[in-house]
Amino acid sequence: MGMTMAEKILAAHAGRKTLDPGDIVSVRVDLALANDITAPLAIQEFRRLGVARVFDPAKVVLVPDHFVPAKDILSAENAKLMREFAREQGVHYFEVGRMGIEHVVVPEQGLVAPGDVVVGADSHTCTYGALGAFATGMGSTDIAVAMATGEIWMKVPPTIQLVYNGTLPPWVGGKDLILATIGDLGVDGANYAALEFTGDAIDALELDGRFTMANMAIEAGAKAGLFEADWQALEFLRERTSRQFDIPVADRDAHYAAIKEYDASKLEPQVSFPHSPGNAKPISQVGDVPIDQVVIGSCTNGRMEDLRAAHEVLRGRQVHPRVRCLVIPGSQEVYLRALKEGLLASFVEAGAAVSTPTCGPCLGGHMGVLAAGERCVSTTNRNFVGRMGSPRAEVYLASPAVAAASAVLGRIGSPAEVVGLPEAARGEQK
Amino acid sequence: MKLKGQAHKYGANVDTDVIIPARYLNLTEPAALAAHCLEDLDAQFVKRVKRGDLIVAGANFGCGSSREHAPIALKAAGVGGVIAASFARIFYRNAINIGLPILECPEAVAGSEAGDNLEVDLTTGVIRNLTRETQFKAKAYPPFLLDIIAAGGLVEYTRNKLASKGVT
Repeated sequence: MGMTMAEKILAAHAGRKTLDPGDIVSVRVDLALANDITAPLAIQEFRRLGVARVFDPAKVVLVPDHFVPAKDILSAENAKLMREFAREQGVHYFEVGRMGIEHVVVPEQGLVAPGDVVVGADSHTCTYGALGAFATGMGSTDIAVAMATGEIWMKVPPTIQLVYNGTLPPWVGGKDLILATIGDLGVDGANYAALEFTGDAIDALELDGRFTMANMAIEAGAKAGLFEADWQALEFLRERTSRQFDIPVADRDAHYAAIKEYDASKLEPQVSFPHSPGNAKPISQVGDVPIDQVVIGSCTNGRMEDLRAAHEVLRGRQVHPRVRCLVIPGSQEVYLRALKEGLLASFVEAGAAVSTPTCGPCLGGHMGVLAAGERCVSTTNRNFVGRMGSPRAEVYLASPAVAAASAVLGRIGSPAEVVGLPEAARGEQK
Repeated sequence: MKLKGQAHKYGANVDTDVIIPARYLNLTEPAALAAHCLEDLDAQFVKRVKRGDLIVAGANFGCGSSREHAPIALKAAGVGGVIAASFARIFYRNAINIGLPILECPEAVAGSEAGDNLEVDLTTGVIRNLTRETQFKAKAYPPFLLDIIAAGGLVEYTRNKLASKGVT
């Protein structure tokens, strides 16, 4: 019987011709990752293993992004501990001013290729599935073992295939697809499983939208979320890596635990209400929800297409007087491109605050923590109780276009309400 | 090995952000993390919990962030183990890796309330509700995981493996 993408990649890394869901295998790791929150514990456990050097410094990457630029003394100490370990071991390391949010910067730096196995001490490591890699989040101890040995145990997950048919309506993109999907599957609907995203709506979706979707696979409990690498992925990789790779493709007779089909052409922009990413509602059913803050950025939506979408809404308009709008480009590369394209100037002219890359507010760290009773529309990935600050604050998850429209309106609203049709759609109608 | 303690009961989807909020993730000392364990879900938990007590919770316990600080905080707060209808994948690995006993048993969750006295035999997976005089059997661990548990955690398991290969 044939294999799914996840099964093929894991088989190749376990030295097996075939394998089945449920098999426990030891797999070779192409990249092990940690950040300034998870690395200190991983380094402590690495030392306890009694191994002097990481298995391959070219296959380990440490990124300070959560609490940097250091928000307090303890965070500075953790970042320092990681920096010193990175220097000692000669692994990949990206310093403030040259860094980005790990899941934005790692693909940009050409550290992931199709068919790779990537493990990271961060639950959103699944982002790299957008390039056809098997990428999954783990804890610090697992990553310590991966850094030391270059191997990790895994249970082969069953695969759920998600097929998106039809043409996406205006203002509907990757974030809306994934929020609607999590709403449908539930936050543990794909627990332990791999997701395979496919269909003509996916073929037409830009790569940044696929990063967004793969990124949030974990919010349905999934171990990984994979896309077949196509011309867009290859274009992205061309200037970034000289490595040779095969593109994993699911066999026609692969076995899926479930196949779900969605009609993308019927989808509206989505908003996930507090306090679960699974509480997705179409924008027409949101009602009147006044807001205090908007966050545009994160490993979910901090890439160029995200900023361009926000820009299309905010350009020439003003952030509502009662709202604070924070724009956080996901990496220095994104920041510089957005600067050169003039996006950042428009954001500042609109009355938004533009920050250096950081995870910051997404997890209530710094750079936009909420007070009790405040509401935020955020392009991030989680809206759990206390996620962005006070346990009595509320976070609504949405796309960059919806977040930008909400910033202008002072309440949750649709980009169509602010702008009408997007420029691209207007062009088609001429 | 047996665990004995009172049940602290919670619902489904207890995420790692409420187990240990990110505002405390600049801490790494277990005792410092334990002081804030579950505070956004149950502000009195840390004051109420006694060493060896058991968390009893619904499906998808430990979902969300991969922070290993979550099982570390529970363990350091005195929690003897977690019984849940199901566990999120990363939390499951983390708990095994750091030696926090976890048991998957929806029946025991349905059949136990906060304050019940529970006894757990980790070797057999038998959970006894002493208050209600009922008994349940948790889902067995895969044999491979039993090896990690028996070694005392993933670091110890890996050290043994490396030593047998003559790496260290």
